[in-house]
Amino acid sequence: MPEPVSEQTISVEINGETYEQEVEARKLLVHFIRDVVDLTGTHVGCDTGNCGACTVLMDGKTIKSCMLLAIQADGATITTVEGLAAGGELTPLQRAFSASHALQCGYCTPGMLLSAAYLLEQNPHPSEEEIRRGIQGNICRCTGYVNIVEAIKSVAEGGGA
Amino acid sequence: MSAPVPLLVARCRALPGSAAGKHSLELGRVGESAARVDGIPKTTGEFAYSSDLAAAGMLWGHTVRSRHAHARIRGIEISEAVGMPGVHAVLTHDDVPGEKRYGLEFPDQPVLAIDRVRYFGEAVALVAAEHPEQARRAAAKITVDYEPLEPVVDPERATEQEPLHPDRPTAGHGYLDDPRPNVIRSMVVRHGDPDALGDVSVEGVYEVGIQDQAFLGPESGLAVPDGEGGIDIYVATQWLHVDRDQVAPCLALEPEQVRIHLAGVGGAFGGREDLSMQIHGAMLALHTGRPVKIVYGREESFTGHVHRHPARIWAEHRAALDGRLVAVRMRILLDGGAYASSSTAVVANACAFACGPYRVDNALIESTCVYSNNPPCGAMRGFGAVQTCFAHEAQMDKLAAVLDIDPVELRLLNALEPGDVLPTGQTLTGSFPVAEVIRRAAALDPPEPEELPRDPLRLPGGSGNTTHGQGVRRGIGFAAGFKNICYSEGFDDSCAARVRLFAGGAGELQAEVHCAGAEVGQGVTNVILQVARTELGIESVVLAPASTADVGSAGSASASRMTWMAAGAVQLACRAALEERERTGVDVDVERVYRHPRTWPLDPETGQITGGPAHVSFACAAMKVVAEVDVELGLTRLVWIGTAQDVGKAVNPQAVYGQIEGGTAQGIGLALMEEIQTRGGLITNASFTDYLIPTTLDVPPIVAELVEDPEPDGPYGLKGVGEPPTVVSTAAVLSALRAATGRELARVPVRPDEIVGL
Repeated sequence: MPEPVSEQTISVEINGETYEQEVEARKLLVHFIRDVVDLTGTHVGCDTGNCGACTVLMDGKTIKSCMLLAIQADGATITTVEGLAAGGELTPLQRAFSASHALQCGYCTPGMLLSAAYLLEQNPHPSEEEIRRGIQGNICRCTGYVNIVEAIKSVAEGGGA
Repeated sequence: MSAPVPLLVARCRALPGSAAGKHSLELGRVGESAARVDGIPKTTGEFAYSSDLAAAGMLWGHTVRSRHAHARIRGIEISEAVGMPGVHAVLTHDDVPGEKRYGLEFPDQPVLAIDRVRYFGEAVALVAAEHPEQARRAAAKITVDYEPLEPVVDPERATEQEPLHPDRPTAGHGYLDDPRPNVIRSMVVRHGDPDALGDVSVEGVYEVGIQDQAFLGPESGLAVPDGEGGIDIYVATQWLHVDRDQVAPCLALEPEQVRIHLAGVGGAFGGREDLSMQIHGAMLALHTGRPVKIVYGREESFTGHVHRHPARIWAEHRAALDGRLVAVRMRILLDGGAYASSSTAVVANACAFACGPYRVDNALIESTCVYSNNPPCGAMRGFGAVQTCFAHEAQMDKLAAVLDIDPVELRLLNALEPGDVLPTGQTLTGSFPVAEVIRRAAALDPPEPEELPRDPLRLPGGSGNTTHGQGVRRGIGFAAGFKNICYSEGFDDSCAARVRLFAGGAGELQAEVHCAGAEVGQGVTNVILQVARTELGIESVVLAPASTADVGSAGSASASRMTWMAAGAVQLACRAALEERERTGVDVDVERVYRHPRTWPLDPETGQITGGPAHVSFACAAMKVVAEVDVELGLTRLVWIGTAQDVGKAVNPQAVYGQIEGGTAQGIGLALMEEIQTRGGLITNASFTDYLIPTTLDVPPIVAELVEDPEPDGPYGLKGVGEPPTVVSTAAVLSALRAATGRELARVPVRPDEIVGL
């Protein structure tokens, strides 16, 4: 058995930039993203993996970054909401959410966008049921989801995320 | 005068208070659907919430909270915590510089517990440290010597137990003098002949559990000392100036020395009307001379803030054979928890809207709210009316069944209209299209029943794959409800707005608007800009960050009042600015204060109006719900919701639909799943694992229709829109479940075991 270590150096690629950093073994990935890398668009809503506000893409799949230790992301490639509009151009999903009131307070929006982006990548033409299933792990307290579902639908019909 | 620039704040990209935080107007005038001005920053991650703020040299605050619902404090031992690594301050009630108590309406809540704690989660001590973990560890080393006391947990018994506040904080404020212990406020509305008999009578006892606002962004904020004894507090709140007026006396500062700046708000729904970290953060910051940030986790949010009042309601409705209501009698008992918060207003609302939007000539309504050691309660969307709407609509369904009259017809027959008199004696004036709203909602066609077999997601139980259609019954329900818009009972309510008109670089007219109305997600920022653009007739309008530093109070983003009040104030200030510029020919900077029509208190003995209306305006909504219930497992699936709402005039229709849909979802939560569970006053489900809120799979498609009947007193004819959908949706969902099961279902949220075994 190796000796437990309290700190470890990890290397994580986030939104195209590589961060090599010594982190406490107990640090959650979401705190690494927010407090170390200083990308505060990834939010903490519940601490228990229920609300989805901290959703990011890790190696192309959605994960709740409050449910992972930073050291588990060693070597991984991560996309946060700040990485969606790479190059300054908003994605169709970002434009649709903004234009069609698919947000109110907006706290859930970054996680919702990443779940939606993943959904459309996996299934470019989802039915309404598939959209609802695709974002069921992301809670929105403001909108009742109507405009969120509509925004995702409009992007799917328009040909991609 | 310009907003103070927080030089210490290093990280934040769009912090309210900096020029970058100003919202520029993109689109839309009054009546047009306009994209949210904060839409893009909220989709790119740039929008800074209160939890995203940082400042150079910042410390982290942590709050030690009571693990008892009721206990005497014999002593607090802090010496070990003081010596822990990274710790800069450990504070208790001894360190509160000024007033030891505060409160939204009555200063009955200690800033930090003094000699006893009255609820689970009450703040007892504070720590500031270099790192949040150091603060948490030091907090764990603070020893509070508690002597547990018997908690007051049954509101029925509270009026016979030892008083939690022997000094009766709400006495002497013009309320009915109720000498029983632990009464926050008791009110009676007596109208006509309450003993009048009808041909039939229906009765019921209804119960509402404790709902949580569950806004997604937990409480947080940053307090920054200004170096001159004052403090700047960046916080997610609903009412900046009343925060300031509660904070300043506790810090022994003048109001001007405390500046509250609105940080990005992750939802509110009433839960941010009371203070959270404001005084605590400021105490730590002033004590250490360094910025202090406090961020609650979800558990702390659940235990630290007020909730929706749980209620027990007895109701009796008497009607003639033709369906006309003859008399309504109701007794409403609300549990306010340990401190008054806004309970007195909740009592009044419960009384005033107890009969629903129906003509009732004879009524006897009694509403009482008590202190207890259960979780503290205060403002949540639709307060008072949500609880009674559930009861009066259950009664209307019962009456329809007894009289064998169609439930929609029964409601239409009794619908209030302008000229009618409410049980408070107030004559309805202005716009109040109850019958129209009921007809429009009733006319919405729900989808045909779906065939079997079908995708399990389209069945109760969903992805649990619990049925293939066996035991599934369908029901269609209907409900109507109403609520006051704006504050009531003589409250001197106002909203200020400041408009600066100046020539831009190319000589073109530009405007900067200041208004402290809190953008909590509802979209008031758009409203302000749409009004300014409409009034000024120019494109170039910016809205300065909301702050107490450079404009008067806007009042609270609550009571469905913010759009009305902000629109009134901005309209007034814009017109004054144009006039002054026309007169002087130079750049102008004018502030104006808007007041809605005056209201008067209700008579404390009879609940009748005294001298004039008690309420400014009312808005109503009606809703039809289709539900499917698996009666073998007690699982529910909502299929479809159609609703019509009285909105006066939609300033930004797209945002109004959003309010209706979101408000409906919160009512669904109360109907089916949301309840704070307690044992001996202790909260047992303070997490999103155990307190469930609706997901995409719980909220069905919602079809909403806006009924635009202009309100004569409202700016542009508008009314508030935030609360009516929440008032009516719990009742409407329950109506559908009753139709599906035939059960009475007198308690919300409905538990699976109440709808099984038919």
